[in-house]
Amino acid sequence: MVGSIAAIGMGLAVIGAGIGIGMVGAKAMEAIARQPEAVGDIRANMILMAALVEGAALIAIIVAFLVA
Amino acid sequence: MSLGVSTAVCQNQHDQSDDHATQTEHTDDHNACGFHHDPAPGSEYDSKANSFHHIADANVYSIGPLQMPLPVMAFAPGSGWDFFMSSKFHFETFGHGDGHNAYNRYVLHGGTLKRVADDAFPMGNVEIDGFTVKHEMKEGKEVSVSYLCYQGKEYKIESKSTADFGLFGGGITSFYDFSLTKNVVSMFIIFGLFFFVFRRITKSYKERDGMAPKGVQSFFEPIFLFIQDEVAKPFLGHRWEKFLPFLLSLFFFILGLNLWGQIPFFGGANVTGNLAVTMVLAIFTFIITNINGKKAYWEHVLWMPGVPAGIKAIILTPVEILGLFIKPFTLMLRLFANITAGHIVVLSFVGLIFMFGQMGASVGGALGGAVVSVPLTIFMMAIELLVAFIQAFVFTILAASYIGAAIEEHH
Repeated sequence: MVGSIAAIGMGLAVIGAGIGIGMVGAKAMEAIARQPEAVGDIRANMILMAALVEGAALIAIIVAFLVA
Repeated sequence: MSLGVSTAVCQNQHDQSDDHATQTEHTDDHNACGFHHDPAPGSEYDSKANSFHHIADANVYSIGPLQMPLPVMAFAPGSGWDFFMSSKFHFETFGHGDGHNAYNRYVLHGGTLKRVADDAFPMGNVEIDGFTVKHEMKEGKEVSVSYLCYQGKEYKIESKSTADFGLFGGGITSFYDFSLTKNVVSMFIIFGLFFFVFRRITKSYKERDGMAPKGVQSFFEPIFLFIQDEVAKPFLGHRWEKFLPFLLSLFFFILGLNLWGQIPFFGGANVTGNLAVTMVLAIFTFIITNINGKKAYWEHVLWMPGVPAGIKAIILTPVEILGLFIKPFTLMLRLFANITAGHIVVLSFVGLIFMFGQMGASVGGALGGAVVSVPLTIFMMAIELLVAFIQAFVFTILAASYIGAAIEEHH
């Protein structure tokens, strides 16, 4: 088996991002279903939260790049 | 996008293991001094080296294979300042940015400015025989060190001068590189573009006072009003007018640079994917936040009311002080990581074509690679477009939130 363990670390970081953004999206869908007229507000906040969560995961990815 | 990056990295890791059979500079042959030549058909495609080469800054502006010289300004303690055009390096116009000449101990290697730290190397304009790369052990890790061949002897070349902690092959060296590199020229272009656009808009507003907006004015007005109404006013309270210019500049600058880096052949000037650029933007935000901090803000950070003194002094205050620095730090890393990750993924997908075609040996393989790679690349570039807007917006809204927290009145 070749490669470095940094790739495994990167994969773990992506799991965290996937779960986080999935939860944000799921709750946003529920909120839209409950109150369809608030779609605009909910969508804007959902994108903002997804960007913050993804930011954390991408910081982990950059550190993995540094290591390997 | 995180998924895409992991795929790309796994692919890069695999290629690195077949390092010795890869293109050009990886010559094991001791006397193989030469300039960068295109890898032979049939050789392995080095995805990692190519990706990093394309997202790095360069002292030549490359549009596709065409290389255009840019001014060089460097300062070496002991040798003083040097101002010259990088055409003094006599690099090939259609090539890979290897200079055939060295000037005042500076060389152009792979498009970036590097220096020979050896005093035995002559000053002035000398013609060199070529470059070679050796693999050496440095602190237990194997690194590629470049050497310059001149009159039969080899002189070690320092890596390029960067301040981004040597993340992508640079580091602190014996010289300071202040040149107008590709990134700097791109920043000037974007600055000039937006300067003229906004001047035009201001003139339109004066001429069409009271009338409906038209043209460029009507294109930028919704974006302007969005930043003003959704970002500035909610976060900054009643002093929003003072900070609106800063927020707007931040937003449009980052957006313009993000989008400029997406255009395929304009040198792929990856400006916001450069730690130095995002670091400066984060430092500006840090300075503006803390200079405008009110007494209530500093109280909340350093000695927050309503918490027992023991917990405050030991846990909360150190954490808050750390947070003071970590918040701009994450701003810097978030923008940098998003843009760089996107660029690396796109470059890896395009590299698939070279990999399947085995560097020109197999046309059928290359076509197959293109069939796979082109839809993926288009999809990735669409996501990149979205990310460009989102990251500019997130940077702006977080800056607004930090400034708002600083100028908040005591309630």
